[in-house]
Amino acid sequence: MEEETHTDAKIRAENGTGSSPRGPGCSLRHFACEQNLLSRPDGSASFLQGDTSVLAGVYGPAEVKVSKEIFNKATLEVILRPKIGLPGVAEKSRERLIRNTCEAVVLGTLHPRTSITVVLQVVSDAGSLLACCLNAACMALVDAGVPMRALFCGVACALDSDGTLVLDPTSKQEKEARAVLTFALDSVERKLLMSSTKGLYSDTELQQCLAAAQAASQHVFRFYRESLQRRYSKS
Amino acid sequence: MAAGFKTVEPLEYYRRFLKENCRPDGRELGEFRTTTVNIGSISTADGSALVKLGNTTVICGVKAFRSGPPGEEAQVASQFIADVIENSQIIQKEDLCISPGKLVWVLYCDLICLDYDGNILDACTFALLAALKNVQLPEVTINEETALAEVNLKKKSYLNIRTHPVATSFAVFDDTLLIVDPTGEEEHLATGTLTIVMDEEGKLCCLHKPGGSGLTGAKLQDCMSRAVTRHKEVKKLMDEVIKSMKPK
Repeated sequence: MEEETHTDAKIRAENGTGSSPRGPGCSLRHFACEQNLLSRPDGSASFLQGDTSVLAGVYGPAEVKVSKEIFNKATLEVILRPKIGLPGVAEKSRERLIRNTCEAVVLGTLHPRTSITVVLQVVSDAGSLLACCLNAACMALVDAGVPMRALFCGVACALDSDGTLVLDPTSKQEKEARAVLTFALDSVERKLLMSSTKGLYSDTELQQCLAAAQAASQHVFRFYRESLQRRYSKS
Repeated sequence: MAAGFKTVEPLEYYRRFLKENCRPDGRELGEFRTTTVNIGSISTADGSALVKLGNTTVICGVKAFRSGPPGEEAQVASQFIADVIENSQIIQKEDLCISPGKLVWVLYCDLICLDYDGNILDACTFALLAALKNVQLPEVTINEETALAEVNLKKKSYLNIRTHPVATSFAVFDDTLLIVDPTGEEEHLATGTLTIVMDEEGKLCCLHKPGGSGLTGAKLQDCMSRAVTRHKEVKKLMDEVIKSMKPK
């Protein structure tokens, strides 16, 4: 199917569904997602969060090199290309995080001795980059038809010096924050799949951020569902 | 008197011996000093040898590496350590400044893994912390007239370590069981891993969970309390060792 579907959704802190009543800082930025926009990869998606935009392409299940093949499940590979410059050690560590998150949800045992490659290209970075990469990867995996046991989403939150929580921070908010936490949550039970944090914070603040992220993930999953419904209901 | 002559005219002193076909330490011209060699003394290296030639001593350890850039595991671990250093603010970068705008200390931290059996992040963080505590920087003063740095090796001071980050790693099995300090085999079989880096005030510098099966908030809380206990154990151990080292 070569149709391009553009789904747009404005998600703001509507009817206070579970997000902590802390004021305007709790809203997520404007989301947008476009699927099936590249012709070569088996699946592709472009995810926008505010001004941050990431393009993802998925190839697979495909032929795998004998040195890399695993006898009972698919080999997952993630390549992250920064906007400028060559990929460095920071990209390698992010690739590892995204790869492990995908491995936890992708049903690799259905396609043994194959490889599934996820290529992510950063188009623009305006804060919450890792969360945006996770969302784009998930949408691309769905577009490629890779079997998964759950969907996952990435949510970032920043803690500034007086302890206020800001969800989906912009780059300015990230720079001024005392700590930035990024979580990947699964869609079935909102369990924590991946976490990557920067900065100092206390135990209670971690629990607060986790709760806020779980509430925000509901919005993201609803957006996934709506955009997929819209796409498949056209045909 | 011979000693005086040796200081004033070392070459002449030497020539006197060479004329007689011998050397000041009594050896013939073609004679070697006593050589001793000790092979295989380092059990963790693939090959090792210690050689003594008179007073010159050299030790060599050979570890077989795969050639090329450090593997992905090493890159990820080094990024993790760099994040821990920055997040925990273990030392103030300003403390390393000798003269603002002119001279500053650069610390290179090389971590070499001699043996891998799981839980490398915990070991690396502990090794880094202990090594930084052990660092002694000599005092450096800038001579105003020559504008060169003068290093005073006799006066050394320790680095000011502000916090003590300690890492605790867990492995998750089948989404429910949590074990602390996984070995290499356990890491391979586990469905997920989690590393918590805490400092003494109970603040977290890093919560590193690279994917793997999901964890609920309550499980996370258990891990947190285990990390707090571990921090106390590690800090006590380190303080004991440093105290026993000091009177050197």
